[in-house]
Amino acid sequence: HLTTSLPLSSEGDHLRPRIDLIVFVIDIKSKYSLKNVEASLAHVDASFFLGKVCFLVTGVGRVNYCSVDMNAIWKLGEVYCSPVLYCELELEGIRNATAQRLLRMLQICAGHIPGVSALSFGTLMRNSSND
Amino acid sequence: ERSDSQRTAFLLRKQWTLYSVTPLYRFYNTCLKDYARLLSAFIAAEKQKGLAVEVGAELDIKVTVSSIPDLKGSDRDQAAILVQLSLRSSSSPKKPEEKLVWSGCFCCVFGDHLSENVPENFTCLPLFLVNGAESYTSIVGTWFQKTFDCCFRRLAISPLNLSWMAAMWTGCKVDKISSAMELIFSVPCLPYPLDISYAIHPEDAKALWDTVQKTPGEITQEEVNVFMDCLYSHFHRHFKIHLSATKLVKVSTAVASAHCDGIIKFLQSKYLTGVLMLLTELAISQIQ
Repeated sequence: HLTTSLPLSSEGDHLRPRIDLIVFVIDIKSKYSLKNVEASLAHVDASFFLGKVCFLVTGVGRVNYCSVDMNAIWKLGEVYCSPVLYCELELEGIRNATAQRLLRMLQICAGHIPGVSALSFGTLMRNSSND
Repeated sequence: ERSDSQRTAFLLRKQWTLYSVTPLYRFYNTCLKDYARLLSAFIAAEKQKGLAVEVGAELDIKVTVSSIPDLKGSDRDQAAILVQLSLRSSSSPKKPEEKLVWSGCFCCVFGDHLSENVPENFTCLPLFLVNGAESYTSIVGTWFQKTFDCCFRRLAISPLNLSWMAAMWTGCKVDKISSAMELIFSVPCLPYPLDISYAIHPEDAKALWDTVQKTPGEITQEEVNVFMDCLYSHFHRHFKIHLSATKLVKVSTAVASAHCDGIIKFLQSKYLTGVLMLLTELAISQIQ
């Protein structure tokens, strides 16, 4: 399910399947997208932040178009205890690899991978990015 | 002090294109006249090959390479080097007319960052400013690259850095604030190019910045964000457009104007060193 901001409209509530993973997309070229994500975060239930949220930063291939302070994004990941992934949507290879990563994360969050919980995986990702 | 500003006055009120330059190998301040001679010969050779500019047969290109000892930040910086190309018309041998057609200035203002980590035979002059035809820039650049094994790259300025400049320069005290502060934004994702120009009365901008900045002489990313957000919300209130979703491409203030393609114009000699210091820092980050 794709949306431009939260909260989701209550109209589709009864038809909507369970949400296993929320990916917040931040476009490094647009400060507006960061503000939008920050505003939407307030509408997310706290239980999601136990491994079912991640931030996806796009547009990282073009450093000279950067309108967003990277520190602000890292801080967001820290404050909300969620991993930050980087990708460049304009490059097919990276786009596919990122999609596969997200799919893998989703499988874990949905409980399809025995022995790995969303929380343990989330912690693993954050610890490895800190190294 | 008066002579200082005279020697660097040539930088003011002209449009300069910016490049970052990697350290020059075996460049000696004592050999400037030799370099001028060699570069001159190189240009003549290129002209023979038909690669040079529109110049007619009688026009000669004179090259001067000089040092500007006052154009630097600290004593640890290398003195700036100025390369100038003039067209000399030999039509009247008694009084040859010389017309300056191209200037290139290598400089380093508070570039310790880079010069500390560089081995013995290298000279650090990471910022290169050019005024003049691209064809001359290309020839001079090629000669420097071949002779000193260095690399030139256009210096791009990101919207993030431009917003720092907007905040910083708004805070500067200018004697006579004559020009408005102007921000130009390029709107993405449209089938046709669209630019939005946002002009702000300089006193209003300064008043806003003064309420945001907590410690005089210090600027934080937070303060820059607040400053820009105020400007964006004001615009949104009037025009219902989110400037934060567009790309900031140019900033013009009474101190200087800067474009994201790496083009700068210095307007105040008082702040020349400050702006050069900032540009040196950007050049160094581009190199590293």
